[in-house]
Amino acid sequence: MNLGKVFSEVSPLLFKGVQVTLEVTILSLLIAFMLGLVLSLMGLSKTPLRWISKIYVGIIRGTPLMVQVFYLYFAIPQLLQFLGFDVRFTSFTAGLITLTLNASAYMSEIFRGAILAVNSGQMEAARSLGLSRGQAMRKVILPQAMRICLPSLVNQFIITLKDSSIISVIGFADIMYQAKIYVGRSMQAFATYTWVAIFYLVVITILTQIAKIVERKVQI
Amino acid sequence: MTAQIKVDNLHKYFGKLEVLKGINIEIFKGEVVCVIGPSGSGKSTFLRCLNRLEEPTEGDISVDGKIITNKDANINKIRTNIGMVFQQFNLFPHLSVKKNIMMAPLELKLKTTEQAENKALELLKRVGLLDKADVMPRQLSGGQQQRVAIARALAMEPAIMLFDEPTSALDPEMVGEVLSVMKELASMGMTMVVVTHEMGFAKDAADRVLFMDEGIIMEEAPPSEMFTNPKNPRTIEFLNKVLSA
Ligand SMILES: Nc1ncnc2c1ncn2[C@@H]1O[C@H](COP(=O)(O)OP(=O)(O)OP(=O)(O)O)[C@@H](O)[C@H]1O
Ligand SMILES: [Mg+2]
Repeated sequence: MNLGKVFSEVSPLLFKGVQVTLEVTILSLLIAFMLGLVLSLMGLSKTPLRWISKIYVGIIRGTPLMVQVFYLYFAIPQLLQFLGFDVRFTSFTAGLITLTLNASAYMSEIFRGAILAVNSGQMEAARSLGLSRGQAMRKVILPQAMRICLPSLVNQFIITLKDSSIISVIGFADIMYQAKIYVGRSMQAFATYTWVAIFYLVVITILTQIAKIVERKVQI
Repeated sequence: MTAQIKVDNLHKYFGKLEVLKGINIEIFKGEVVCVIGPSGSGKSTFLRCLNRLEEPTEGDISVDGKIITNKDANINKIRTNIGMVFQQFNLFPHLSVKKNIMMAPLELKLKTTEQAENKALELLKRVGLLDKADVMPRQLSGGQQQRVAIARALAMEPAIMLFDEPTSALDPEMVGEVLSVMKELASMGMTMVVVTHEMGFAKDAADRVLFMDEGIIMEEAPPSEMFTNPKNPRTIEFLNKVLSA
């Protein structure tokens, strides 16, 4: 149980893993941001589109992330093969899609709540000036909603970052995966996973602090 | 003279609750009409039907001869000609005072940035807040916020202004500054419909006062008559209550 020795051996691997972890997290969050916004607007519309949004969110929230990863990585390709398409996802693609689907469902709920939290007088004032619903959304409601939900978005960032460790099960070379490989080789489970935990803790703490600064800057 | 606003048999239901029960009124260009009446009588609903923030259930409203209650009427276009001032000001908290005023004309591409800015500054000067152009709304007092809200509505250069209890959310010492901006507006020939509890303002500035109760206009008269010689017993009762308070 040599923490120091393990650290010097494992940290280059973990740094590689951190890079991959951040890559997949940030990419999935960027896509999920757009998707979540569209879903939340669909959910708030009075058209049948809202059902699509509600069903989507219902399915994603109602199934575990692990099941979704397996579904995308193993189940869907088999179905496609059966249908005559030879499609395979890399573990990165499968992981990215899963995290994106997940984060977008939760973000759509976050946006929905934030949009509803903007005083209804704001929409009325904008509409009374002649703005369409879409223009009012874009210029008046969303800028305020974004400020309202910033803390929740940061929270979602952290959740997705942590969730990403699950996709190591399909061989995705993130921090967790690197650690498992190293433990298999060295048998140093305690030291290795202690460093893994510290890595996550440090990354998340740094991100949280950055978010706090941003939050203060955009306060209304 | 033809009416600038013509309301014909206006009914409004909220679910099963009938809030407006057949309103008929003509309002003329440059006229200042004050709407008074007890709480819950439908004053706000009536006012909000005039720019279709509430959809009338039945009846027609026309503005400048055009029926605005048609399904195919371009309501966004129509609203640019009808300004509205709310009890709660509803300034956009994420925009500076100046940007609040410039936003709609810019978004609707009615003005260039320079024109919009000049107009905003001119309006701020008019409401006595030129020095507040670059501050955020939350840094202003209620009276100042409401004056900005008036300027924001005026930036669209509307022919008609609707006011829904514009001074009710204000501390007493700030009521005067808002009313004096409104009086100035009235004297410049703006068509105004003002829901108000300020009987003093109605006396001074209104050409006509409407007394609403239970979803209809119970009585209408010039202020001199309404306040000295009301006819309807409900009006008398209401005025006794508010004027003795
Ligand atoms: N969006 C709504 N949904 C359901 N009922 C409503 C709605 N808006 C108003 N009402 C009801 O309609 C009636 C008239 O309301 P309105 O706001 O027009 O009255 P008001 O004369 O403006 O009263 P106040 O002086 O209190 O502002 C009230 O009984 C109110 O509860
Ligand atoms: Mg009202």
